[in-house]
Amino acid sequence: MDDKQAISIEHLTVAYDARPVLWNITTGFKEGRLTAIIGPNGAGKSTLIKSVLNFLQPITGTVAFSIQNEQNVPYKKIKNKVAYVPQNTSVDWDFPATVLDVVLMGRYGHLGWLKRPGKRDKDLSKQMLLKVGLPTFASRQISQLSGGQRQRVFLARALAQEADIYIMDEPLSGVDMKTERIIMKLLKKLVEQGKTVIVVHHDLQTVEDYFDDVVFINREVIAQGPVQEAFTQGNIDETYHQDRNLGEGEG
Amino acid sequence: MKLIIRIETWEKVKADMLEQIRLLLNDYTFQVVALGTGFLGLLSGVIGTYATLRKESLLGDALSHAALPGIGIGFILIQRKELSVLMLGAIISGLIATVIIQTMSRKTVVKLDSALSLILSSFFGLGLVILTSIQNNPNAQQAGLSNFIFGQASAMLRSNVQLIGLTGLVLLVLVALFWKEFKVFTFDPMFGRTLGFSSKIVESLLSTMIVVTIILGLESVGVILISALLTGPSVAARQWTNRLSLVMLLAAGIGFVSGVTGTFISSMGARIPTGPSIVVVVSMFVFLSLFISPGRGILARHMAYRKRQKVFMKQIRSLEE
Ligand SMILES: Nc1ncnc2c1ncn2[C@@H]1O[C@H](COP(=O)(O)OP(=O)(O)OP(=O)(O)O)[C@@H](O)[C@H]1O
Ligand SMILES: [Mg+2]
Repeated sequence: MDDKQAISIEHLTVAYDARPVLWNITTGFKEGRLTAIIGPNGAGKSTLIKSVLNFLQPITGTVAFSIQNEQNVPYKKIKNKVAYVPQNTSVDWDFPATVLDVVLMGRYGHLGWLKRPGKRDKDLSKQMLLKVGLPTFASRQISQLSGGQRQRVFLARALAQEADIYIMDEPLSGVDMKTERIIMKLLKKLVEQGKTVIVVHHDLQTVEDYFDDVVFINREVIAQGPVQEAFTQGNIDETYHQDRNLGEGEG
Repeated sequence: MKLIIRIETWEKVKADMLEQIRLLLNDYTFQVVALGTGFLGLLSGVIGTYATLRKESLLGDALSHAALPGIGIGFILIQRKELSVLMLGAIISGLIATVIIQTMSRKTVVKLDSALSLILSSFFGLGLVILTSIQNNPNAQQAGLSNFIFGQASAMLRSNVQLIGLTGLVLLVLVALFWKEFKVFTFDPMFGRTLGFSSKIVESLLSTMIVVTIILGLESVGVILISALLTGPSVAARQWTNRLSLVMLLAAGIGFVSGVTGTFISSMGARIPTGPSIVVVVSMFVFLSLFISPGRGILARHMAYRKRQKVFMKQIRSLEE
């Protein structure tokens, strides 16, 4: 596998208040690999992703993206090429829209300002619904979905973006075994197509089965590398047994 | 004999009333004004759909109330009822109120809804004080300034109607152009940002459109009730359809009918303010829709529940046998 980094993060420090939530993070996500971000609750995983995507202003540090023919560019240059599925979306599910409407929104970035989605976009969105196992849901009202189905609709929307980098914050939380397999198979397929997939993951049992690389985070980067090398009991213990966010930060 | 006389007087009353209605409908001024409020209702229906879906109806309410002191101060400065100056005053005090609301809810411990109601009432109170003190100073020009509180469509000039028409047309074109951007930023603004659209541009365009609609309606509907015209039509329309475009179209229709009917009612009696009569019509649409609309209506849901209950009870009973 080639070792080019799709996202490289250097000396990133982020704080919501006086105490830094992320401290001097230097890490990277390799192109064409499926990477898990692992750490306990409150470790700063979601914060890391939000800073990478410019939702949060870091105190210091740089984040650079590299895809196909754009090397080391900031996020705003390639927004279109990055698809993001947040941990919990607080959208109004009573919004007057069908499932297909929502998936179609994934195409908006490619269309750019003012242009409307056409037949090709609709067909592609329907394909994505088929991929996430909701082919019969296209014209269903979004208020009539279960929690797991909502998550899959958002996954389909991200797939419709046809991005190069996919960042998913706990896509497997609250879904059943069958859906989990469907989602992981989809992500694996994306990686086979050369795309970069980054997933915040909680289930330590499945890390070895599902992922290529792993990054352990608990305020700082504890360990990182290919799963075979980095996913060791020692690293797990170190990440989980120091609950750094419970006590006062040590400076 | 008595009965016949009574019937005759009733016939006469009816004929008089019909004659009055006929005269009113043929009255040029009424036609102009009704067209103005009708179009205003249409516009409120369309733009209000975004306001309700973005859960910003309360913000609209606060903004319109906050416009009152600006109107008063505008009048004091030029001592004339020049609509453009009064509107400018309304916009400025509305903006000041918005800034205060945002800083209050962002920087301090005041929750947004508390900040909204606080600003709404304090600005409105200030506005009332200013208007009352203007009325205590004799100046022939001040007549009709209090129309801004409850709205008086008959005070509208032809030029005001033209202004509403022109500005409204611009807003409708913007809605058509930025349809998909407005849709995604109304449903999921965070996602809209990750798509590469500038949230600053889209969101400020949306809020400006809401503010402009409010300002346009201040004179004819009044600061107190304009936000009801903004939210009512879309709330009613939402009950009938699950598609954004249809919600908006229906809201436009309801807004138009309410505007025209409300103006008609207000013109029939002496000194009935337009704002309240428009809002009464809107409210009728809302309550009717909440009750009888198929699918989402209270009645339909109840009936569907009963039907389901019956079917399942039958199944359970047949299993028990
Ligand atoms: N908006 C915020 N304001 C202040 N502190 C915050 C905010 N969001 C998160 N935090 C704090 O930052 C730390 C990291 O939060 P973050 O959401 O990144 O954790 P996480 O690793 O994603 O946890 P989880 O596994 O529960 O999702 C936590 O201690 C949290 O309390
Ligand atoms: Mg998280």
